[in-house]
Amino acid sequence: MSYPFEVIPSLRREALMRLISDGKRSDGRGLYDYRQIDIKVGLVRTADGSALASIGNTKVIAGVKFELGRPFEDTPGEGNLIVNLETPPLASPTFEPGPPDENAIELARVVDRAIRHSGFVDMSTLAIVQGKSVYALWVDVYVLNHDGNLMDASLLAAVAALATSQVPKSVIDGDVVKLDKSTKVPLSVNMDKMPLTVTFNKIGKYILADANVEEEVLSEGRFTVAFSGGDVVSIQKSSGFFTPLEVEDMMSRGLELSKSIRAKVVESLGNRPESFII
Amino acid sequence: MGGKSPVPLLVDGKRVDGRLPEDHRSVTMRVGVLPNASGSALVGYGNTVVLAAVYGPREAMPRHIALPDTGVLRVRYHMAPFSTDERKSPAPTRREIEISKVVRQALEPVIFLEQFPKSSIDVFLEVLQADGSTRVTSITAASLALADSGIPMRDLVVGVSIGKIGDTVVVDLNKLEDNYGDGDMPIAVVYRRSWITLMQADGSWTVEEVKKAIGLAFRAAEPIYKMERDTLKGRYSEQAIVS
Repeated sequence: MSYPFEVIPSLRREALMRLISDGKRSDGRGLYDYRQIDIKVGLVRTADGSALASIGNTKVIAGVKFELGRPFEDTPGEGNLIVNLETPPLASPTFEPGPPDENAIELARVVDRAIRHSGFVDMSTLAIVQGKSVYALWVDVYVLNHDGNLMDASLLAAVAALATSQVPKSVIDGDVVKLDKSTKVPLSVNMDKMPLTVTFNKIGKYILADANVEEEVLSEGRFTVAFSGGDVVSIQKSSGFFTPLEVEDMMSRGLELSKSIRAKVVESLGNRPESFII
Repeated sequence: MGGKSPVPLLVDGKRVDGRLPEDHRSVTMRVGVLPNASGSALVGYGNTVVLAAVYGPREAMPRHIALPDTGVLRVRYHMAPFSTDERKSPAPTRREIEISKVVRQALEPVIFLEQFPKSSIDVFLEVLQADGSTRVTSITAASLALADSGIPMRDLVVGVSIGKIGDTVVVDLNKLEDNYGDGDMPIAVVYRRSWITLMQADGSWTVEEVKKAIGLAFRAAEPIYKMERDTLKGRYSEQAIVS
């Protein structure tokens, strides 16, 4: 995220650049290493599914809610997926109150596209009465602490919340459709198609994965790739420019990184804390 | 994407409008079309028509957006209510806000913004007629309008959309292909520097297909890049004759 009001003293900037040119980073990582990923599911009892994803000090919580809705005209037999993302001022000194800004809207839309095009959630299972009544699947993503790479953390939280969410039963009574919140069944997801993003930043001529917020301020280019089952399902180049060779390199490195992140998510889906801890 | 196309999108290797997979629609360009603007351009990719206007460099307003060491580029991408089959509400949508951001970031790398501290350069893009590929048409139009305004630039930018119909990678999606195709990948290239300044994708792509798409984007960009240069040169020779 390019937050123009966060500045780095030039001495620190020079030191960081020197480290990066040696293939190192201020927190001891290599250029393509992720920080520690931690996922907790089921924290929010009022949600139908929830997950808290941490990448280092970046913390993002996602809550899933099922409501009744009318299908969109072009998809009469599918539920409606709606992704919203908020960057509340408690998460960073650079966030301000107000409706989602262009950064938050971009994040939400990339999360939305990655889920939509991956086939992770079979949206046809969320139709209730063809052309008339469907589930609206709300995915609300909240940033709690911003230390860089909100993109990857947001999708991690969203997919972990979806993978562990419970759909309230629909009851059809004549022309009236209602939800029975007391009876729930797990949302059907295809774990082989779980979408995950890998985000790269360019600093000088170097490309690194999973930038922290300081590295994001130094960044001259940002590139996100979403993978699902080995395929690319979404790309978002944000700032800067990239050569075709750099893009190809990020594709192949991203694919490998997404496999290890995926393993981490799968092993975390049973991590259901007793109490609400972040 | 979503739903089934009312007509087959690819029959015997030909697309709904008769093009081959790697054919671009005809491209039209005019610059200097708006007298009030510092620079302007009207660009058509087939039936998609986008009007671009540049105002500035001018004093950044409101003042708090001004930066002491560099100019700021602002881009507003907007679709006219009459540009689509169903009337589009004129209120900016989340889609338009996102596109405004990525289009801005497609242009920033080529503009010498540091020459205009405390100033803003404002680019306004109106889609007047939409038939797919509106964001890449907008990038070409914005690049032309910026050059027309005389703002110093490293090079021109060209937008090209790449898509997928089944397993076939195609160039320059029209509306039907955009709505019912199997993948969409808008790309902006800075041709002489081999830079990619906008790249998005949805649908489902293999890594090999992504590589192919980049190659096709550069190939399709070459004649459009030449046309941009010729259009701008024509503008200056026109001016020379009039004055």
